[in-house]
Amino acid sequence: MTFGRGLRALSIASAALITVAFALVFFYAPNDADQGFIQKIFYVHVPMAIVALCGFVAGGVFAIKHLRSGDRADDLRSYVAIHISLVLAVGVLLTGSIWARASWGHWWVWDEPTLVSFLIVFLLYACYQPLRFSIEDPERQARYAAVFAIVAGAFVPLNFTAVRMAESLTHPRVLSTTGGAMPGEMRLTFIVALAGMACLFVTLWRYELASKSASIQLRSLKRRLAGDDGLAPLNRSAAPQHL
Amino acid sequence: MRATVSALIRKDLRLELRAFESVPAMLMFSVSTFVLFHFGLDRSSLAGDLAAGVLWVTLLLAAVLGMNRLFLAEREQGGFDGFLMAPVDRTALFVAKAIVLFCFLVAVELVAVPAFVILLLEPDPGQALPELLAVLLLADAGIAVVGTLIGALGVQTRARDLIVPLIALPLLVPVVIAASEASAPLFAAGGADAFPARWLVVLALYDAVFGLLAYAVFDFLLEE
Amino acid sequence: MPALPLDDAGPYVAAAYLVFLALILIYVSIMATKLGRIEREIGELSELVERRSERSDERDQERV
Repeated sequence: MTFGRGLRALSIASAALITVAFALVFFYAPNDADQGFIQKIFYVHVPMAIVALCGFVAGGVFAIKHLRSGDRADDLRSYVAIHISLVLAVGVLLTGSIWARASWGHWWVWDEPTLVSFLIVFLLYACYQPLRFSIEDPERQARYAAVFAIVAGAFVPLNFTAVRMAESLTHPRVLSTTGGAMPGEMRLTFIVALAGMACLFVTLWRYELASKSASIQLRSLKRRLAGDDGLAPLNRSAAPQHL
Repeated sequence: MRATVSALIRKDLRLELRAFESVPAMLMFSVSTFVLFHFGLDRSSLAGDLAAGVLWVTLLLAAVLGMNRLFLAEREQGGFDGFLMAPVDRTALFVAKAIVLFCFLVAVELVAVPAFVILLLEPDPGQALPELLAVLLLADAGIAVVGTLIGALGVQTRARDLIVPLIALPLLVPVVIAASEASAPLFAAGGADAFPARWLVVLALYDAVFGLLAYAVFDFLLEE
Repeated sequence: MPALPLDDAGPYVAAAYLVFLALILIYVSIMATKLGRIEREIGELSELVERRSERSDERDQERV
C-alpha cells in the first residue's frame, strides 16, 4: 500500500501557498482598525485552528471506517490525522496566548470562546496516545482508539457551541476582527492562508503515513529474510505497528 | 432486550444494596468536598454562579468515582465473558449500566443537594425546585451516558482509574457549562431569577447526541 | 485600541509566526530521524540478502 503518492506535488503546493499567504499578510492585507499590526496573528492562528478541528473530525471519520471494515490502514490514517491535529492544537494555544498577551495584556483570556474550546479539546485528545499505549493487544488497541476518536470527533462541534453560548452572552468577543464583515483584501489573504494550512496538513499527513507504512513493511520483510529470531521484539507503542 | 436490561439492572441494584460500595462513597465524597470548598474559598455561604459552580463540580467529581467502579465487577469476576456468551443483544449492557449509574447519581443527589443547601447555600431554593429538578435530571442523564461509555472503555485498559477521569471530564464540560448556567439564576442572592430554559435544550441535545453515539459504538468495546 | 503601540506589537506577531515555523521544523526533524532509521534497516536487509545469495552461490559451486 503506497501512501506517498503525489507527495511531491502536494509539498510544492503547500510551500507555494504558504509563501504567497505570508507575503499577502505582510505586504497586501491592510492593518486592522481596532487592533493594528497585532491582528496579523489572526492569519496563522485561525487557519491552524480550523485545520486542526477538521483533522480531529477526519480522525473520527477514518475511525468509523476502521470499525466497519476492520482495515488497519484506516486505523493508521485516523491515528496520524489526530496526531498532527494535536500538534496544530498546541500551536493554536500558543499563538492564541501570544495574541491575547499582545492584545489584552494577559497570557490567557477566558472571554475568547475559540481559545477556551481548544483548551478543552486539547485536554481530551491529549489522552488519545496514553489510551492507545495502555492497551497491548494491537487489534483491541485499534478498536478502542477508534471508539475514542468517534466520540471525541462528535464532541468537538458540541463543545464549540456550548462554550460559545456560555461566553457570548456575557462578554463581547475579544480577539475577533473588525466586527462582522472582513474587507476584501483581508478575506483573500485569509483564504490563501487557510488553503496553505490545509495543504500543509495533507502533505504532513501523507508524509507520516508513508514513513510509518515503510517501517511496518520493512519489519515484515526483515522477518521473512532473517526469520523470527533475527527480529528484535516489538516494543509497546501507541502507534499502529501492523497493517 | 427489555428483559435483559431489567435483569441486569436488578442484579446491579441488588449488589449495590447488599454491599453498599459506590453510593455511600460518592455521597461522603460530595459532603467532604463541600467542606473543602468552605475552607478553600473561605466563605460561609455561596450564592449565584459561585454556588452553582461548586455544586456541579462536586457532583461531577463524585460521578467520576462511580464511573470507575461501574464495570469493576464485570472485569474482575468474568462478568464480561459471561455476558458475551449469553444470547442477548450486547447493547443491553450499555442501557442497563447507564440506567444504574443514573440511579446512583439520583440517590447521591437526594442527600448531597440538601446537604449543599444546608451547608453552603445562602438563599432558599424552595420556589425554584421544579426547575432545579429538571436541570439535575437532564444533567444526570448526560453524565450517565458518557460515564458508562468511558467507564467501559477504561476498565479494560491498564491505567483504568487514571484514564477514565482524564477522558470523561473534558467530555462532560458542556454538561457543567449548561447545568451551571441553568442553575445559577436559581441560586441568586435575592431570590430566584428568571430561568434560562435554553440551557435545558442544550442538555437535552447533548444527552440525545451522546446517547445515540454511545448506543452505536458500545458493541465494539465488548468484542473479543 | 490595541493595548500596545505598533512598535511593541512587532515582536509578538513575529513570535506567533515563529511558533508556527518551529512546529513544522521540529516535525520535519523528527521525521528525518525516522527516515535515517529506515535507511539503516534497509542497509541491514540488503546485507542479509547479499549473504544469502553468496551462501546459495557457494552451495551451487560445491554441487558442481
